[in-house]
Amino acid sequence: MSTTNINEINRNIYDIKNKDEYEFKIKKGLTPEIIKEISKQKNDPEWMKEFRLKALEVYNKLEMPTWGPDLSELDMEEIATYVRPKTNLNNSWEDVPEDIKDTFDKLGIPEAERTSLAGVGAQYDSEVVYHSMKKELIQQGVIYTDMETAIKEYPKLVQDHFMKCVPVYDHKFVALHGAVWSGGSFVYVPKGVKVDIPLQSYFRLNSPEAGQFEHTLIIVEEGASLHFIEGCSAPKYNKINLHAGCVELYVKDKAYLRYSTIENWSKNMLNLNTKKAIVGKNAKMDWVSGSFGSKISMLYPMSILNGKGAKTEFTGISFAGEGQNLDNGFKVIHNAPETSSVVNAKSISKNGGKCTYRSLVRIAENAKNSKSSVSCESLMLDNSSISDTIPTNDIRTDEVEFSHEAKIGKISDKAIFYLMSRGLSEEDAIAMIVRGFAHPIAKELPVEYAVEMNNLINLEL
Amino acid sequence: MENLLEIKNLEVKADEKEILKGINLEIKKGEIHVIMGPNGSGKTTTANAIMNNPEYTKEKGSILFEGNDITNSRTDEIAKKGIFMSFQLPEEISGVSVTNFLKYAKNKVTGKPVKIFEFKEELKKYMEELNMNSKNLERSLNVGFSGGEKKKNEILQMLILNPKLAILDETDSGLDVDAIKTVSKGIEMFKNENNAVLIITHNTKILHSLKVDYVHVLVNGKIVKTGNQELAKQIEDNGYAQYK
Repeated sequence: MSTTNINEINRNIYDIKNKDEYEFKIKKGLTPEIIKEISKQKNDPEWMKEFRLKALEVYNKLEMPTWGPDLSELDMEEIATYVRPKTNLNNSWEDVPEDIKDTFDKLGIPEAERTSLAGVGAQYDSEVVYHSMKKELIQQGVIYTDMETAIKEYPKLVQDHFMKCVPVYDHKFVALHGAVWSGGSFVYVPKGVKVDIPLQSYFRLNSPEAGQFEHTLIIVEEGASLHFIEGCSAPKYNKINLHAGCVELYVKDKAYLRYSTIENWSKNMLNLNTKKAIVGKNAKMDWVSGSFGSKISMLYPMSILNGKGAKTEFTGISFAGEGQNLDNGFKVIHNAPETSSVVNAKSISKNGGKCTYRSLVRIAENAKNSKSSVSCESLMLDNSSISDTIPTNDIRTDEVEFSHEAKIGKISDKAIFYLMSRGLSEEDAIAMIVRGFAHPIAKELPVEYAVEMNNLINLEL
Repeated sequence: MENLLEIKNLEVKADEKEILKGINLEIKKGEIHVIMGPNGSGKTTTANAIMNNPEYTKEKGSILFEGNDITNSRTDEIAKKGIFMSFQLPEEISGVSVTNFLKYAKNKVTGKPVKIFEFKEELKKYMEELNMNSKNLERSLNVGFSGGEKKKNEILQMLILNPKLAILDETDSGLDVDAIKTVSKGIEMFKNENNAVLIITHNTKILHSLKVDYVHVLVNGKIVKTGNQELAKQIEDNGYAQYK
């Protein structure tokens, strides 16, 4: 029987490197002088400069986390923290979908899938759609811009919310982020406005070293709704091996936010990203998350259910290959009565890759009649791969419905034999089982990512 | 006439234990064969050995299909040559719908693109004949299916993949009378003068509604007797005791 060799998800699409051109590159290491220099380069207002310096102080005081994957190889002195790309963030958006489509052609995706992809392309693709959508949204008072512009044009909105949801003293890398953050998106949806078409953001980074510390700030006002897609699966190659982004989501009363994201970094990346949402009364926050690249990932999006009847749902998948340690999960704090959370997390590990599901469910004493249901499933493709589940459940009231289900499994030889008896090669059989395992998550992803994920799973088998 | 399948002096081990101790079997086009025998006699091993399940080790002997040696061929190659096996316990594959699975498998087995319209028509026709709920098409393959639904699904796969030789391993076991009739109906729909069926069973119920050509009695890894449908009747009356 032929041997099965599943390598990492093919990164060729992502590793298309553009020329490393930049105007300015900061010295390695971190000092107040460097922070001041960053602030100057970015034309920060005074408050932001002060904020950065304060964050640096916090960063210097905080210890490295020791409870998760080993981060000892990280040397901050070696990390150039800021590179300002020559081109504007917003402009390079248009060529990427073409690249992806082109690559899909080469991959030979089935016609049907390509048709649906084109449909999505037509919906989101290129600046034409982007601008016409933007115009409509502007009329409704929706703001969608990069963080730097937001600070200048909407100073109060930004100052009232910036790092209030994720305070700088949360952990060391959030403090670092506060000190050196650069780039990212700002979205504001006014009261009652329903944004029907998803907003999609790519951090367009022509310089492969930019944007490790991007900040995303989204405010969805009362009764408003938004679907925001953040694509980090577009070409992104980083020499610098640290990503410490920050995502702050404010979902006000009766509002709805769906935040979909794919993180697919190169394998020399330590992805220490922080994402948090504060969810108001009868509001709903949905997370869809795919984590594929990076050497080490520590990613635990969090929903704080602060209003009565607030709801959250997390759907996520991790895929770890050789040399990868993906320590991902979800955290939820039930802080009000009648709140509910649903978690559906899956992971796939192969060729010695390690996936850990680390989670927190806290149901506060006042959160009576709340519900939480957690399901996590892991699939290991060989004996050298590792999978682990580390849940923390902190339930402080009896009047709750809580369930936690964890399954760790391998692909059985019997299932492979069954599929092979139907004419599938061993590789096809494994790919089919893996695709099937990932399907419940893939169907929640934006369609181009789902298609991409399916094909990439196949490609290397 | 040339043999479709020919098993010569086959000895097979599973888990280091000798199961088949020299089996000989010839199946020609147009025939229905039955292998009967008590539990543990090597019936399922025979089916798995033909499909070259890696969990079973062939010690001696050979298997020819249409004159070609398939003793050590890969399972998927054997399937592509035209042998199908209906499983006693079909595997559950979550996230893969029955339709997509069948389409994919048909494409692999035939090596040709599946014509969607024809395929759907075919599927509809067979499912009606087998009294299957068309909603099952969108369900994950075998996941949450009842025993009967799984077995019918195996028969559906047989009809869609249309092999030259269908091996039915205990397809009738655990089914009620109506389901057994449906399975027999499926076999009759499939059967023609250019293909053959090998039914493996430990009971005789399915033979009531199906006309078979040969009955082989397998006991302790050997075929101890071969006869016609009459032999099945004798076993129904007297059991296997006389062959032990």
